[in-house]
Amino acid sequence: MTDNEGYLLLSLPLIPLGAAVLLMFVPSGERTLIRIVTGAASVAMFVISVYVFFAFDYRGEQFQGVLAWPWFENVGFLGENGVQLKVGVDGIAAPMVLLTGIVILTGTWVSWKQEHRSKDFFILLFVLVAGVYGTFVALDLFFWFLLYETAVLPMYLLIAVWGSGRREYGAMKLMMMLVAASILIFTAIFGIFTEAGLGTFDLPALFDATYDPTFQKIMFPLIVLGCGTLGGIFPLHPWSPDGHAAAPTAVSMLHAGVLMKLGAFGIIRLGFQMMPEGGEFWAPALLTLGIVGALYGAIGALRQTDFKLMTGFSSVSHMGYVFLGLGTLNLIGMSGAVLQMFAHGVMTALFFLLIGALYDQSHDREITHYSGLAKQMPIWAVFFVIAGLASFGLPGLSGFIAEVHIFIGAFRAYPIVGGLAVLTAAITATYLLRMFARTFFGEADPRWSGIGEITWAERAGATVLSISIFALGLWPAPWIDRIAMGLEMGIPEVLS
Amino acid sequence: MSELNFEYGLLLPEFILVGAAAAVLMLDAFREDLRISRNLLPAITVLGALIAGVASLLFLDRDPTDFAQLIAVDDYTTFFRILFIATLIAIVLGSYEFVNRNITHQGEFYALLLASTIGAIYMAAARELLTAYISIELLSFSLYVGVSLAKTDTRSGEAGLKYVLLGGVASAMLLYGLSIIYGTTGATTYDGIAAALEDGVVGTPAFLLGLAFLVGGLGFKASAVPFHMWTPDAYEGAPLPITAYISATSKAATFALMLALFGIALDAAKADWQWMLASLAVATMVVGNLIAIQQSNIKRLLAYSSIGQVGFMLMAITTVSDASGSALLLHLAGYLITNLAVFIAVIAFYNRTGSEEIEDFRGLAETQPYLALVITTALFSLSGMPLLAGFVTKFVLFQAAAEEGFLWLATVAVIMSTVSLYYYLKVIRQMYVAEPADGDSRWRLSPIAYLTTGVLFLGIFLVGLWATPIFEAADGASAMLFG
Repeated sequence: MTDNEGYLLLSLPLIPLGAAVLLMFVPSGERTLIRIVTGAASVAMFVISVYVFFAFDYRGEQFQGVLAWPWFENVGFLGENGVQLKVGVDGIAAPMVLLTGIVILTGTWVSWKQEHRSKDFFILLFVLVAGVYGTFVALDLFFWFLLYETAVLPMYLLIAVWGSGRREYGAMKLMMMLVAASILIFTAIFGIFTEAGLGTFDLPALFDATYDPTFQKIMFPLIVLGCGTLGGIFPLHPWSPDGHAAAPTAVSMLHAGVLMKLGAFGIIRLGFQMMPEGGEFWAPALLTLGIVGALYGAIGALRQTDFKLMTGFSSVSHMGYVFLGLGTLNLIGMSGAVLQMFAHGVMTALFFLLIGALYDQSHDREITHYSGLAKQMPIWAVFFVIAGLASFGLPGLSGFIAEVHIFIGAFRAYPIVGGLAVLTAAITATYLLRMFARTFFGEADPRWSGIGEITWAERAGATVLSISIFALGLWPAPWIDRIAMGLEMGIPEVLS
Repeated sequence: MSELNFEYGLLLPEFILVGAAAAVLMLDAFREDLRISRNLLPAITVLGALIAGVASLLFLDRDPTDFAQLIAVDDYTTFFRILFIATLIAIVLGSYEFVNRNITHQGEFYALLLASTIGAIYMAAARELLTAYISIELLSFSLYVGVSLAKTDTRSGEAGLKYVLLGGVASAMLLYGLSIIYGTTGATTYDGIAAALEDGVVGTPAFLLGLAFLVGGLGFKASAVPFHMWTPDAYEGAPLPITAYISATSKAATFALMLALFGIALDAAKADWQWMLASLAVATMVVGNLIAIQQSNIKRLLAYSSIGQVGFMLMAITTVSDASGSALLLHLAGYLITNLAVFIAVIAFYNRTGSEEIEDFRGLAETQPYLALVITTALFSLSGMPLLAGFVTKFVLFQAAAEEGFLWLATVAVIMSTVSLYYYLKVIRQMYVAEPADGDSRWRLSPIAYLTTGVLFLGIFLVGLWATPIFEAADGASAMLFG
């Protein structure tokens, strides 16, 4: 990827922002026009994301597509290059950009049937996406955090206005927990900037700066807990099931699919890349929180009878794998963590898409209320099985590639943890298979006789997500090459 | 002592404001006889302010100079001249409908706003204790009257009385503190005090006593906890435009004065007052934001939230330095824009509904989506959400404090910022989540309300996304104090 292709990276957050501004001037009643604008924007983001992923050269520079524009320079406490609008991707960010493109494309499609204030919905959704893209491509700590917060900002209204169930409770809980967690990140950023003493928020410069080991040991946990909250790390995960259960379909897809990955991404960027010694010191704790979260989420999911709550707990469990992988400190385990971020993103987006498709028709999320759905909605059932099999790691699907990396990494680091991780996968299989058995088979319930097959937009979305699941499962090389290169160049000190 | 400079031309913008104030008063007195429209008064006020604003620009980037060593005329003064004059224009434009309906003495209203703006400007420009004191009093006296101008509302008179009594006590404290500082240092000019402190007055009991009274008096003017008791009542009782004015200009002027006073005159005595201001800052942030949670009246909510904001700004005075000075000026500019946007939107809401209760904002997103958007954006900005002014200015402000070794104070500030989000969300919830009351239908805003809120709304995004020009101006202005 040449540096001039940085314009493409810059366009990733600008396209959704531009679309959001454009939508403000579209009259609320013009549904076709809203669809054209949102559809065009989402396709553009998707195409650029795919291009960025494949154009990234895993034999090239660490950061590619690097472009910078000065923002604040030589004012106040800022020196040369104080704050810049700087973009660029490395091998870790490139797959995340691809993931965001896939999820926003499908999320836009399924949101078209949203009737209530659909214009406002898309404005907020696109602001959220701009924040997500921005965080993945920003190479300036100030903008990184600004965009990270931007991704969280619209969540309250998106859930409270368009959600279902206990939406106000879920929205407030999610918002306050995430913003409270940001306090820790704020503190860490203030500390890092002061400790580095460079007068610049340039990320590569801050990566290269040296930090006192004691300082690293104090600040690293702030990053882990601060960013980890967004990633659903145990025990700061309680917003996740409630928030996801209350959120509308596309928001659940984006939130579980992409936003939670921002948290893990933050731990890599601000944690391991910035403070490797702190990372080494705290890795066992991270690993422990990861495995506890994985087990806890899986057991929690086992107990749920609400589709969305179950998937919410399942997300906590799968994100537990990510933290577990990061805590192994070996290349294979950490690669697995990043792979899992991608794999879980597409898989959970598919889950939420399908649950939303069912809920929109029945307005009931109680698993025990359903039976015989496979006869009524065969296509829906097929997609659901794909998502489920990916979730517990069937070979040939995305989840397998990610989990096998993490398991090997965990066995190398601490065999006992590897064993527990495999146990978690077994529990995952239990709750998913039990749900399939209950809802798909048996007598069709007359109560749901009115339920038909999913819409074409949902089929198209589910197809794109399923293709991604198979792609990573069958041909993982493009992902593994980029991720391994990103980790080897980004955190050589850490990898043992 | 060197030759004093008595070039009156340096005070040109303020002469223009005085002229406008006199014209407004006279025209109002003879309005019946001359049969002139009431709209002429705000028009003259805005026009006078615009001319004064242009006149202030003449002093931009000139060599710093002063008027008789009392009033500095440099980029710092220009920064605040522009800021306060712009605030005045925004408030007059945003409130003239309100004034037509609710205020009987309109000439006085506009004249008082003009006079208090002069006071505010000289608070920033003063480089001598008595000039500073007189400027404070000019601002305060205008506001004492302003608060009680809503004759039809009984709360207004009560608030005015409370404000003037407590304000009098605070002025006495301040004056006593100033006299002790003069007694110990033998100087009233900031430079003279700084020179005397170099010679070792620092730390003597008398000087400490003077400092304590000074901090108390200024703390009252800035409504820092525990000197904040007047604020909620004055905010609630005052007519809305005056509330807006107190929360904007009066507050910013106090900080402009404190930055100059502590930065130039008292810098050498940092060890003596730093702990005082740090504890005030913490108490103010915590108390203001926690009490705001329980409010059900939008004016009281904004009163407590502005107390919380004062805590953040006190942090910059605590850590006073060149960097935190420019951060404070940037923050003040962003805060004024955001705060005015909230208040002018609330005024427009009040003009329609006659209500100040947060409950009555329910369903505003259905009945007046534009206003709901403006209020939401401004409240998110006040709580420091990204893409908006609040994020950038708070980030810079807090980082500046961290740079000076006050990371813990910055952390408290971020925590309290998060608390503030909670109560702002309660307002936003009413507008977007709650259904409108029965019978509420869509209503229209007046064009002037569209214009003023629209400009401020864009301003919030402008500062949020491209604050560079303002930051550079703030940096240049702050450099005047710290050399």
